[in-house]
Amino acid sequence: MKNLNKSTQKLITTILTIFVLYIVMQVMEQTGNLSSLMSGLLVPVCAYSLVAVGLNLCVGYLGELSLGHAGFMCVGAFTSAFFSKTFQGTIPDVPRFILALVIGTLAAALFGFLIAIPVLRLSGDYLAIVTLAFGEIIKNVINVLYIGMDGNGIHFSMKDMMSLGLEPGGTMLINGPQGITGTPRQSTFTIAVLLLILSLIITHNFVNSRTGRAVKAIRDNQIAAETVGLPITKYKLVAFTISAAIAGVGGVLYAHNINSLTATTNNFGYNMSIMILVYVVLGGIGNFSGSVVAAVVLTLLPELLRGLSNYRMLIYSIVLIALMLFNWAPGILKFREEHGLTGAAIIGKFKKNKEVQ
Amino acid sequence: MKKRLFSLGLCAAMAASLFAGCGNNSSSEVSPENVDTSGELTWRIGGIGPTTGGAAQYGQGVMNAIQIAVDEVNAAGGINGYQISFNFQDDEADPQKSVNAYNTLKDWGMQILEGTVTSGACAAVSAETYNDRIFQLTPSASSTSVTEGHDNTFQICFSDPNQGTVSADYIAENALGTKIGIIYDSSDPYSSGVYQNFATEATNVGLEIVATEAFTADNKTDFSTQLQKCKDAGADLLFLPFYYTEGSIVLTQANQMGYAPTMFGVDGFDGLLGVENFDVSLAEGVYLLTPFAADAEDEATQSFVSKYEEQFGGTPNQFAADAYDGVYIIKEALEAADLTPEASNEEICEALISAIQNVNYNGLTGENMTWNAAGEVSKEPKAVIIQNGGYVSVQ
Repeated sequence: MKNLNKSTQKLITTILTIFVLYIVMQVMEQTGNLSSLMSGLLVPVCAYSLVAVGLNLCVGYLGELSLGHAGFMCVGAFTSAFFSKTFQGTIPDVPRFILALVIGTLAAALFGFLIAIPVLRLSGDYLAIVTLAFGEIIKNVINVLYIGMDGNGIHFSMKDMMSLGLEPGGTMLINGPQGITGTPRQSTFTIAVLLLILSLIITHNFVNSRTGRAVKAIRDNQIAAETVGLPITKYKLVAFTISAAIAGVGGVLYAHNINSLTATTNNFGYNMSIMILVYVVLGGIGNFSGSVVAAVVLTLLPELLRGLSNYRMLIYSIVLIALMLFNWAPGILKFREEHGLTGAAIIGKFKKNKEVQ
Repeated sequence: MKKRLFSLGLCAAMAASLFAGCGNNSSSEVSPENVDTSGELTWRIGGIGPTTGGAAQYGQGVMNAIQIAVDEVNAAGGINGYQISFNFQDDEADPQKSVNAYNTLKDWGMQILEGTVTSGACAAVSAETYNDRIFQLTPSASSTSVTEGHDNTFQICFSDPNQGTVSADYIAENALGTKIGIIYDSSDPYSSGVYQNFATEATNVGLEIVATEAFTADNKTDFSTQLQKCKDAGADLLFLPFYYTEGSIVLTQANQMGYAPTMFGVDGFDGLLGVENFDVSLAEGVYLLTPFAADAEDEATQSFVSKYEEQFGGTPNQFAADAYDGVYIIKEALEAADLTPEASNEEICEALISAIQNVNYNGLTGENMTWNAAGEVSKEPKAVIIQNGGYVSVQ
């Protein structure tokens, strides 16, 4: 462990923590000590963490702001749920879920790639604007999408259900604003944790690879990077596509954990995109494990505050502001440094204690 | 390294202990119970709906109405001698939040669920109740996806097909219009569900649909384009399957354009007369389908409306009335099945599934209400017309 560099050590610690938490949760679930609320939240928490990790790659290392990561999540969710629903009777469960996962991820990556081609050639805040529009467009397109299946194959319409001309007994796969109902529930906590760990390893290796170093160089000084001959667009494209793909994985998990998948502002629209950005900012830009912690805390918080009834909305915002100040306000940072309350100082104390022992 | 791992494990265990402790049998903590029944054995009825966010008015109405009914039942001695405790959780009309709310109620020890209020969220929750075998009665989620394949889910409101089909039949029978224009909310399951069934039935009964215009939840403040298109197509009747907030805007804008077709709304239009800053005279002559009118003369309605106004302010709408009926329907079914709260959720669920199909209930929202195995209610939708600022039944 001593021979490894610092970031790898941190990655291993994070993975071990996730793994230990996973074991604890599993044991509690087996022995019946886990509340239904918590066990119901395990998969969504992992899904949001994944999307936050994806966005952190974009914001922290590519240095571009994306306000449409919920859109990529949405693409991943709907393509995979559509696939699962269509082949529900024809492909056995396990291979179908693996295929759905691959399809959802690839679809999100494809959209990320297509959007990035024109936008990342520009500099400035264009990516934020375009991704914001993308998220809204995807949501609205899905709300007018009608796809049904009967003996004659698949019917498609963007008008309404009747224009599909389904035979009696045909099934609706995507029913406009009612979305996809009856997706098989296959996301388990085990799969979710494995995917989360995998994505952490991938992002960690990516940012420390040759490509990743190039991406960071571009972020820090684009002109300098161009001068040494780095193909800017190519590296930006790679990073953004990976970021979108990871968000897509989150979407697949989300879709296979809920029976009724609809595209609304709250779950795949602007609100969600901002929420994910909050996870990233609160967890620390460029800090993947921080994103996971922030996503977990901020997903659990409103649910654990349910006891306060509707006041939880108020408390939630206050807690959010307090956390932001605690993490980022210069005055508070100075105070924390003076009184040994920074993360590094606490870990340092912990280490010292160990040496004494 | 070992020590580090060990301490890591300890930290994790400590963190986990924060989340534990609210397993199945401990119900002393968790959530405010709206009725204090600490210690004694009670019926635990849960409710889910949006009490915050865009659809909050529907959730609030349902929550308040259930509260009134629960108080009444408790005052009259409860169900089979046991009091009811009632717990309502907010879901912001979001499916995922709704499932979280459901799990919270499950931890609380819920035996029967009266919810959820909105269709999308209800479809997600009914899949859960189906797996857990908890009986579910929804006051207002009208989509068929709620009951489809779930034998434990029953509706108090009309289903979407029912409303759409009945509306088309009614218009055709009474020759209210020949050229139909439709404006609907394409981003709303309820609105598009009713529209689809209306359009299907309209072709069967020979109504001509000349214009179909959609809007979405993101732009529902200006309907002049949609109205202009309907006007240009020569529609003499507008079918408007959405909620009254948008309904009031449509009526106002149609009036400004000098366009005066017959307006026909469905049950979402109930509440139109209570919209603030809305010129009620514009609503004159609007048809709507509703099973409930807050100014009805009968004693039950009047007592409910006056209690509602007294405790919570405002006039209850149809959803609230459905929710109020729901508690009494559950009561009747439980009494018919002769159950006590000692029974397991599964026993209650199975017993209620068969009991509710034999219930014949007279309530605020209809007489002789019965349920079929698919979970749909059979009651007659009443068409009313707005005249002199009030509802008048038309037959």
